[in-house]
Amino acid sequence: MKSSVIIFPGSNCDRDMDVALKKFGFENQMVWHNDAEIPKSDLIILPGGFSYGDYLRCGSIAGKSKIIKSVIKFANSGGLVLGICNGFQILTETGLLPGILQQNKYLNFICKNVFVKIKNKENKYFKKIKKEVLELHIAHNEGNYFCSSDELKSIEDNGQIAVTYCDQAGNDDEKNNPNGALKNIAGIFNKDKNILGMMPHPERMIDPFLSGEDGSLFFENLIESL
Amino acid sequence: MVEVSEKLAIEHGLKSDEYKKICDLLKRTPNITELGVFSAMWNEHCSYKSSRKHLKKLHTKGEKVIQGPGENAGVVDIEDDDAIVFKIESHNHPSFIEPYQGAATGVGGIMRDVFTMGARPIANLNSIHFGSPDHEKTRNLLRGVVKGIGGYGNCIGVPTIAGQTCFDESYNGNILVNAMTLGLVNKNKIFYSKAAGINKPVIYVGSKTGRDGIHGASMASAIFDDKIEEKKPTVQVGDPFTEKLLLEACLELMAGKSIISIQDMGAAGLTSSSIEMASKGNLGIEIDLTKVPCREENMTPYEIMLSESQERMLIVLEEGKENEAKKIFDKWNLDFAVIGKTTNSKNIELFFNNEKVAEIPIDFLAENAPIYDRKWIKTKLPKQNNFSKNQFKSLKLSECLNKILMDPNIADKEWIWDQYDHTVMGDTIQKPGGNAGVVRVHGTNKAVAASVDSSATYCHAHPLTGGKQVVCESWRNMISVGAKPIAITNCLNFGNPEKEKNMGEFVECVEGITEASKYLNYPVVSGNVSFYNETKDKGIKPTPSIGGVGLLTDYKKMMTMELKNEGNYLFVIGKTEGHLDQSIFARNILSEFNGPPPEINLFNEKQNGMSVLNLKNKNLIETCHDVSLGGILTAISKMGIKSGKGVKLFPLQGLVNKFEYFFGEDQGRYIIEIKPKNLENVENMLKKDSIHFDKLGLVEGNKITLENDLKIFIEDIKEGYKKWLKEYMVN
Repeated sequence: MKSSVIIFPGSNCDRDMDVALKKFGFENQMVWHNDAEIPKSDLIILPGGFSYGDYLRCGSIAGKSKIIKSVIKFANSGGLVLGICNGFQILTETGLLPGILQQNKYLNFICKNVFVKIKNKENKYFKKIKKEVLELHIAHNEGNYFCSSDELKSIEDNGQIAVTYCDQAGNDDEKNNPNGALKNIAGIFNKDKNILGMMPHPERMIDPFLSGEDGSLFFENLIESL
Repeated sequence: MVEVSEKLAIEHGLKSDEYKKICDLLKRTPNITELGVFSAMWNEHCSYKSSRKHLKKLHTKGEKVIQGPGENAGVVDIEDDDAIVFKIESHNHPSFIEPYQGAATGVGGIMRDVFTMGARPIANLNSIHFGSPDHEKTRNLLRGVVKGIGGYGNCIGVPTIAGQTCFDESYNGNILVNAMTLGLVNKNKIFYSKAAGINKPVIYVGSKTGRDGIHGASMASAIFDDKIEEKKPTVQVGDPFTEKLLLEACLELMAGKSIISIQDMGAAGLTSSSIEMASKGNLGIEIDLTKVPCREENMTPYEIMLSESQERMLIVLEEGKENEAKKIFDKWNLDFAVIGKTTNSKNIELFFNNEKVAEIPIDFLAENAPIYDRKWIKTKLPKQNNFSKNQFKSLKLSECLNKILMDPNIADKEWIWDQYDHTVMGDTIQKPGGNAGVVRVHGTNKAVAASVDSSATYCHAHPLTGGKQVVCESWRNMISVGAKPIAITNCLNFGNPEKEKNMGEFVECVEGITEASKYLNYPVVSGNVSFYNETKDKGIKPTPSIGGVGLLTDYKKMMTMELKNEGNYLFVIGKTEGHLDQSIFARNILSEFNGPPPEINLFNEKQNGMSVLNLKNKNLIETCHDVSLGGILTAISKMGIKSGKGVKLFPLQGLVNKFEYFFGEDQGRYIIEIKPKNLENVENMLKKDSIHFDKLGLVEGNKITLENDLKIFIEDIKEGYKKWLKEYMVN
């Protein structure tokens, strides 16, 4: 399986993602933002970080970058595109995913382990994961998901909510909402479920010596499902 | 043209005899640009004029030391071809005036010091000190500093893995922000600041130069008065995005062979970077200031030389490599300009619009800079307190413990480190809140441990003992995670060196640091001095911060402080005499602020530490935590809170009363957890090494119990411990 990680100036989770993908068997390549073409890939990843300093608005400049046209083309032809953290913000800026990511409710950067509930397994990203609740890691200042009530109805009707913040038992109520995200949304799909954007970082949870191992389940499923 | 006079020199922070010396050296009156250059190089911050004499005494050598003090950062060998570059630096004055930018640029500056040497930063740490929690400014300063540190480090993508936060009213008017960075480098590819060769191109890269931070270094060498708000323009503004680009671009250029020397533009900007490079290479340097990329219009030579705009580097390149280098900086969208060349004149020559605007022999600025042998006085060891039985009569262990766990200097700091990205780079195996932060050396079985410590209370009571204690505490933190201590970096934060008392505190703390680091073979490889932490005549307590670095050859053998298994034994290594003077207990519960700090016995310190490491290497201990502030009961409470497990304490033996035993702050102690099957083995080994140990108790249930004296649920103490800072910040 071939994957491509796009590097924008200011990306800082690109290496971590590269390490994770290779660990689980992907043949990964790094692609510079100024390139026009993306090499043949089964999966494209927009990694976390602060692309273009996140100036103007998180992800907005990356959303207009040279490489992004190829990403959009690839996504629209059904290719798998995964955006983590800043990558999720970029995907909403391009319009590939609905809604926006605002500053966290309590106005602070948050770096900690959280639990997320898998809301939809009818897709390549979560299909074979046996658990219902994963322990992942978040590290962001703007992860407070928001969309209009029409958009919310549409993403709910289409099963586009991918993961929600919850406790260990899977209660995704307000008490377990770290950043104020609407409906505890931690990640969403597009209608066709080939694009996934999520705030948590599975690539930081791939080793028992790190924050935990549930990220491994995510990547194991991904390589199997593709 | 501005007329230079003694009055103007004094406004630049120079003393009148210093100004006279300048005129004597030059045999003429300096022009305004030259005066600016002198004032930038001769201030305390850059010249170390009050401290240099004493810093020479520091223990700086060891078999693992590749580079000691004097470079951008220190370098130590961590086996194979790997080396760790590290340093701690203060950004106190700017952080008080503008907490967000002050702290942010502190982090940016120290990271530049590290990647200037060719190392990729792999961990950040910090030590921050604030005034009393009741002081009106404390809350906002804390919020701003934490946001600034996070804002910069998070954006660069370097994890902040450990730190320390203290509160004391002596910092009401002068907070301390000390930032530390560790970087990883191949030991055969280290870059230094010493220029070599004549007619080599001098290159300016990074951000453009603006008017921010002019006289920052002079400001950092002055005491504060009522008008500090007016000094806001002297605080630099950070741009972590540009720094990230600069980091990647520099490392890309360093992969080739075109760099002769490289130096970041930190304090005193272009002035100190150009002069240091030339001075170390025994060369001259010629700079055409017209070629310096400027952000603002009509900047004068004076302003360009003194600007402390961030994210800039100065590089001496091999001839003919300019285009190759430029390509890299173009790729990263950074400014690149050839602004001058090295010469054999041994002078710094500045040109502007084809006119020579300054010419100064470099040794006037570096070697001939003033050095002071300031007067100082010794601090006597205070008399011990004799606590009477009556003072303990009405006290209950549980109430004291709860109060101590909610003491601002003990309470949990999660509110702070949740705001720092501590997991980016995917190698953080021990997060903030433990004995030390630990990161793996990427792609190897090795890991590096690091921590920052200070003990201003002890240093204030008796600087010599305090200086020793901080080094020992750092050493213990390394041992507690299972790392072999390698070396330290020190950030020496003190009051006004022109006062004999403050100068004495400095001299004796340095003496203490030296004695301990020599005995423990834990050398100082880098650091900085911050004097004049004084507002309206009130100075801070002497606060040397020690950043320690240790090595784990097998990261899988790292130890943590969480209690592991029901039925395991807990031992205290090291003798508990029950020293309460200067302890949290004495201050918080007995309201006694006098007395000597706990004594340091370096022989025991070393024996105890080596013995714990030895046990760990034989896989005989499960958990380790050093006993520090708050004594044994505070230590086991933290171990319990982290794991949710309780402890059944054994009845006390010996003569020490229970308050002294459980809250005394005797040094050189560790709590270790042992499986029952290893018990005999551990006891025998400790006896063989003549190590004093007490059998403290058993891991049991979900509460801490001691016969009829104590029964307290971990859940209950956890609440107070966890909530203090969060509630404080919300209010």
